[in-house]
Amino acid sequence: MSVLTLPAQPGQDTAPRPVPWRRMVWVTWRQQRATLIAVPAVLAAVAVFLVIFGLKAHHDYAALVNCPINQGQQSPACAKLFSNFNSGDWPLGNICAILMQLAPVLIGAFAGAPLLARELENGTYRFAWTQGLVRERQAIAKLALLGVTLAVLAGAFGVLFSWFFQPFLWTEQMNRLTETVFDTSGIVFPAFTLVAFAIGAFLGMLFRRVIPALAATLGVYLAVRLGAWALRGQYPVTVVTSNASQFTKYGTPSHPGFPWILSTWVTGPGGQPASPSVANRILNGPGPSAGGSVPPGYTEWNRWIPLSHYWPMQFIEAGWLLVLAVALMAGTVWLIRGRAA
Amino acid sequence: MNMIETTDLGKRYGKSWALRDCTLTVPAGHLAALVGPNGAGKSTLMNMTAGLTVPTSGTATVLEGHPAGSTAALNGVAFVAQDAPVYKNLSAGDMLHLTRNLNRHVDTAFARARLADLGIPLNKKAGKLSGGQQSQLALTLALARRPRLLILDEPLAALDPIARQDFLAAVMTAMADDGVSVLLSSHQVAELERVADFLIVLSRAQLQVAGEVDDLLAGHRLLTGPTAEADDCASRVTVVQTRRGEAQTHLLVRTSDTSAPMPPGWESHQVSLEEVVMAYLRSPGVSEPAAPTRVQRPQPTEATR
Repeated sequence: MSVLTLPAQPGQDTAPRPVPWRRMVWVTWRQQRATLIAVPAVLAAVAVFLVIFGLKAHHDYAALVNCPINQGQQSPACAKLFSNFNSGDWPLGNICAILMQLAPVLIGAFAGAPLLARELENGTYRFAWTQGLVRERQAIAKLALLGVTLAVLAGAFGVLFSWFFQPFLWTEQMNRLTETVFDTSGIVFPAFTLVAFAIGAFLGMLFRRVIPALAATLGVYLAVRLGAWALRGQYPVTVVTSNASQFTKYGTPSHPGFPWILSTWVTGPGGQPASPSVANRILNGPGPSAGGSVPPGYTEWNRWIPLSHYWPMQFIEAGWLLVLAVALMAGTVWLIRGRAA
Repeated sequence: MNMIETTDLGKRYGKSWALRDCTLTVPAGHLAALVGPNGAGKSTLMNMTAGLTVPTSGTATVLEGHPAGSTAALNGVAFVAQDAPVYKNLSAGDMLHLTRNLNRHVDTAFARARLADLGIPLNKKAGKLSGGQQSQLALTLALARRPRLLILDEPLAALDPIARQDFLAAVMTAMADDGVSVLLSSHQVAELERVADFLIVLSRAQLQVAGEVDDLLAGHRLLTGPTAEADDCASRVTVVQTRRGEAQTHLLVRTSDTSAPMPPGWESHQVSLEEVVMAYLRSPGVSEPAAPTRVQRPQPTEATR
């Protein structure tokens, strides 16, 4: 460290010092006040709506579930409840679910892209980056403070949304592993928000313009999201079973338990793959999971992920998303160090 | 005690050099004026000295050897960039608090008193202040950091003549009271002549001349004589600029010996700083060789006076 080899000079501060977090809290708050007010305000407004509408949906769903089913046949009253739920509650719930898909990138892009790009556009970086606190430290403090704040907000909002969406899981034949549900729940939702914020900040520093950075953030985030969907089936949480009867495909309200089946195949008596015609007949017929049977000597295989593996999957996905976010933030700081003006 | 030292300093943007091969030493205690045409590399040099821009080549140190941009350098150098950037949506008071939070030591009492003197209300948004007030706010925040080196990039551009005088007076006061060294760029050559005691001329991304004003004035003469003998005379001295008339020619030359004998028909005059500056700016190809050593040329032998 060159800092340590310099001769001590009276009246000069040469020692490296930790980030003054308390001061940077004020700086971050004052400079990002619009973001820090707008994001919680919008989330709070949506939260109020989710609570009101969620209570109604939960009420309707309870009535639906409690309606007696005789011999697998719904009574007309129950059928009416069901159709009311599907035509009254679901459309709004569906819109909320779609908006929820966009929430991380909206929060992240609008908070992240302008964070540094605005300073570069307005020229205020020439003020901020020549103050006593080294600019890398300023950036680290801002990225950390804003990132943690946004992730906590998103996490809390994700909990509320998961409660809100509960009634729709069974009626829409979804479960916690369905892509769009998995994305918007647990710790993966705040992780996606953090990644979107980090992408925005990085591209803002790269492009030095707010609008191009915003647009590019949407694209890069979409790529990360699709990448996550493609990767998800590769996590080491899959189970392979033969002639499985331990899961039912459509589940019940009390056991919304159809798993995520990644692939299915059939083998013949000698263990060799069955001919396509036989395999198709078996797979398209009522297989073991539907109460049917497989011809003797043949075996139906399933590679699938049980619902109980939800949390391990959440930790794996949130883990690599967090690594990605930290890497992007490190890249942002690296750009700040070397690419000023 | 050198406030600024650069060695082969260069910055390239894409294929073009904004500044190259700049080796420069500015001792402490000076008000150094940095002049040059637009695009000569003045802002680039200042940004690198302030630690904002990372050099492509060479090194820049400030405050007796601290690398520009290091913590020690940032603590002792205050920079007011071109157009005095302030956060337009922050009030003057918030800007002061921001400065306080981004620095170890800020003399907030001084800043408040100075803003009050200037009639800049603390609760007014910086973006709603006039250009001159924004410049004064930026200077106040810079001075409140009690820097040892103050770098001002075109601070006079947005100011009317009275504000310009007040601004320079504030800078001179800081120099006198706290021993602040100043590097200041400007197009106002006449104004600089009154305050600057060190001059740096940049042109076409190159350093043309740098030195103490007294030395520069002593080291340059204006020779006036018949145009017919101009080439002969010019071949014996280092000519910075030639102004050729039909009968008479003016040569601004670099010389250390003011009492040297002149060729017949030639007169030697003292020059003003503005004349020196203008001569260099009009002759961008001429640059000073190795900075501190004086150029010695064979002198004419015949006395005229």
